[in-house]
Amino acid sequence: MAQAYSAGLTVTESITLRKERILPLKGKVLVKKGDKVKAQDLVAQTLLPGKVIPFNLANKLGVPADQVRNYIKVTAGDNITKGDVIAKTNGFLGMFKTTVKCPLTGEIENISKITGQLLLREPRIPVQVKAFIDGIVVDVVPEEGVIIENRSAYVQGIFGIGGETYGQIKVLVKNPQDTINANDLDDSCKDKICVCGAMVDYDTIIKARKIGVSALITGGIDDNDLKKLLGYNIGVAITGHENIGLSIICTEGFGNIKMAENTFTLLKKFEGKDASCHGMTQIRAGVMRPEIIIPLQFSEEDLVVEEPKSSTLEIGSRIRIIRQPNFGEIGKITALPEELTKVESETLVRILEAELDNGKKISIPRANVEVIEE
Amino acid sequence: MAQELRRIIATDCGSTTTKAILIEYIDGEYRQTVRGEAPTTVEAPLNDVTRGVINAVTELQELARLKYDNPDILLTNGETLIVPRQGDNGADAYVSTSSAGGGLQMMVTGVVAKMTGESAERAALGAGAIVMDLIASNDKRANHEKIERIRQLRPDMILMAGGVDGGTTKHVAEMAELVGAADPKPRLGSSYKLPIIYAGNTDARDIIKETLEEKVDLIITENLRPTMERENLGPARDKIHDLFMEHVMQQAPGYNKLMSWTVGPVDGKLENIPIMPTPAAVGNIMQTIARNYKIEVLGVDIGGATTDVFSVFTDDHVFNRTVSANLGMSYSISNVLATAGVKDILRWVPFHIDESELRNMIKNKMIRPTTIPQKLEELVLEQAIAKEALRYAFIQHKEFAVSLKGAQRQRGIDEAFSQSTSGETIVDMMSLDLLVGSGGVLSHAPRRHQGVMMMIDAFLPEGITRLAVDSIFMMPHLGVLAEISEKAATEVFEKDCIVYLGTCVAPVGKGKPGKTALSAEITLPDGSTFKEDIPFGELRLLKCGVGEKAKAVLKPQQGLDIGEGKNQEITTQLHGGVVGIVLDTRGRRPFDLPENTEERVGLLKKWMRELNAYPESILK
Repeated sequence: MAQAYSAGLTVTESITLRKERILPLKGKVLVKKGDKVKAQDLVAQTLLPGKVIPFNLANKLGVPADQVRNYIKVTAGDNITKGDVIAKTNGFLGMFKTTVKCPLTGEIENISKITGQLLLREPRIPVQVKAFIDGIVVDVVPEEGVIIENRSAYVQGIFGIGGETYGQIKVLVKNPQDTINANDLDDSCKDKICVCGAMVDYDTIIKARKIGVSALITGGIDDNDLKKLLGYNIGVAITGHENIGLSIICTEGFGNIKMAENTFTLLKKFEGKDASCHGMTQIRAGVMRPEIIIPLQFSEEDLVVEEPKSSTLEIGSRIRIIRQPNFGEIGKITALPEELTKVESETLVRILEAELDNGKKISIPRANVEVIEE
Repeated sequence: MAQELRRIIATDCGSTTTKAILIEYIDGEYRQTVRGEAPTTVEAPLNDVTRGVINAVTELQELARLKYDNPDILLTNGETLIVPRQGDNGADAYVSTSSAGGGLQMMVTGVVAKMTGESAERAALGAGAIVMDLIASNDKRANHEKIERIRQLRPDMILMAGGVDGGTTKHVAEMAELVGAADPKPRLGSSYKLPIIYAGNTDARDIIKETLEEKVDLIITENLRPTMERENLGPARDKIHDLFMEHVMQQAPGYNKLMSWTVGPVDGKLENIPIMPTPAAVGNIMQTIARNYKIEVLGVDIGGATTDVFSVFTDDHVFNRTVSANLGMSYSISNVLATAGVKDILRWVPFHIDESELRNMIKNKMIRPTTIPQKLEELVLEQAIAKEALRYAFIQHKEFAVSLKGAQRQRGIDEAFSQSTSGETIVDMMSLDLLVGSGGVLSHAPRRHQGVMMMIDAFLPEGITRLAVDSIFMMPHLGVLAEISEKAATEVFEKDCIVYLGTCVAPVGKGKPGKTALSAEITLPDGSTFKEDIPFGELRLLKCGVGEKAKAVLKPQQGLDIGEGKNQEITTQLHGGVVGIVLDTRGRRPFDLPENTEERVGLLKKWMRELNAYPESILK
């Protein structure tokens, strides 16, 4: 039977999730293998080296670089406090002395004989890593972090902004094609992960931030609203670092697009449950998509990591259209012709034939669909 | 003793696909005969680039068996490639390029950004690197910001330049201290020290050694800017290539094995042929072509994420390459919108579309980069975006491909009153002979006419320029092949790589609409004659096939110029191609599109119809 690979986004009621929670550089792991952790528990921490600040001592002393060593009062590696005297000239007959004080608290990194520069290092900066999901520590990478597993209901989004956050799921619409406006949000949405149907607009996002909503889950977002919200155009899709007071996860894309039925049904089923989510997206090189993770009750025996399934296009497969025309529609494959076919744009491509749920029969480039796992 | 070169396997290991071609010596000439491809296997789960190579060559083998109806042809035994040839099995040489694993990523430093900094950048780009950042003493960032940036970058290697020989050493020493303070780590693995090439003021070598030798793997080479008037990029480029092989490639999974496979005959002996970074190989073939045919060449490769522009200009065949890292047609498509703006994209669109709809379409392409425009409107929009991506990549290239800044020129009496100064672009569209496009949106446009339209609108060629596309992006393979056989590389380039689209004739200057801009009398290969006084603001397309030539007498009017001066007539031969000869009297310097939407759309439709770019359904 004709087959073709077509990657789709994962939406499932139960999956074994495995999350690496690793420090940016070596530090201390705070939990041990077998520990049960909650999403917001700290699992590892470290101290990042402070900023290095060059300080031109020769200039401050008014002496050539090679003479700095005659006046300096500190050596590389010394801890220093802001205001400490670090160099002093003898002056002339005890007068016109120049005293140089340290501009910051930290450490002397290096003293250059060639340029007369000091390199000062600011105090270390603490970095902490949270568990992000409720689960069990199944492995510890010494001095680096942990691997946590759990069973979860799981939804992958297509695009998002904002970092990791937590909250209870609250569904604000009756149907996946519905939309909400700012008036639909009230204080009951505070700290919640709100499911908003086909689209959220700028005013709704601003209201959500004001109330203290943790995250908005939506089918689509208008790019103009996104630009207005961020203050800039997203050029390359590497997101998750935006500091906008909440996270936004789009399950379908840009524009007003009905949320996929299975995604909506799943989120509705788990309304009121605690969840973790993030908007981090990277399309290229190490693809990363936003996630909504709803932890389930499980025992250790349940933690079987399933082999990743490669989605294949087969006659009968359920598909979702991911480009115009019929963007967002769902259907079933009825034929997979082998030969290249000319589509409306005159592009020669391999196509498939499908019957949409609304009864319409279409033919479409295979590249423009994704398989829905059932 | 190596055998003569009768069969060559060449691969390009890209970040997603490994592309293999077979080149054979048939009836007295080299031809590319079959092509295979397979996913690159540099990442998990296989973690061995040679698996992808074996798979791609296995496909070559299968296609060669079909082509020659000979089930016994063997190119690989499943474990390795059969090189050198054993009777009828295997090949005489195997060469490869690579951009897998993100290619070669470098950071460069200089003292003055526009002088030694730019020379260092030119050396790195010419060697096929992606330049992540240029850090210079005068780049306006505070020193602590520079240190932070160096620490964040994690390049494969750093190229440090700065100072002319005999000049001050202070600034180079300061830069070395900043690099030392940042203590940069290499991108791939922490098992080795970061290579740093020092190619600055020779007087500062001892200082550099004292500052950096213990922290990094320091390599010292000749100053790449020994005087303000001269660049000497060769030694630094060679060192970059050596280090690319020794350090970067060694870290990439399977490359040790692959490096031992790439061999070919050199001076009668079978020797190792180094793997080249893909863009360096493209530069190599373009320089070879420019030298052999004594022409000026401009090439562009527009991909999903980046757009590379290559050029060889002036009698000295000065080569320049730029990478517009965030201008592309899928991953970076949204950045084209951010760079060009909605208005400049829409000026190429012959129908009304809501701004919001366009923005959302572009973003949806970004997040689902492998989708294909099914609707004609979406194809037109993607091609409008491509024109702007190409235009901006070309602007960046022109700004970079300049004569040396800071150099004092000896001027002849004829130049004494001109405004020419050092630092001017050497890209001269009037003297350009050949414009070559590659990348999906150009090479695989449903109609070749669309490729012609995109290249003309984006690059605005002047005078007489041949247009071509690289049929299956074979230039990397041919660039590395040129290392062992220029003959094989140029023959295949001419016969199998390049698809000539035709020639563009475009007078330079501004004329009055409706009044004659160009009087053309063209005798076509079929014996017919095209004769017309073409008004300003028009396009004409004449059929003239591949390998055919048309005799042309061209006289520009209204003070316009096609290469010999204002209103000067020329008699010449114009080369045909799969599209033909385009006579473009829409003006250059300036090329203007009307601000008024209705007027502009009317003109766009007229031009697109004349060029046969789109089906009539969208031009009604």
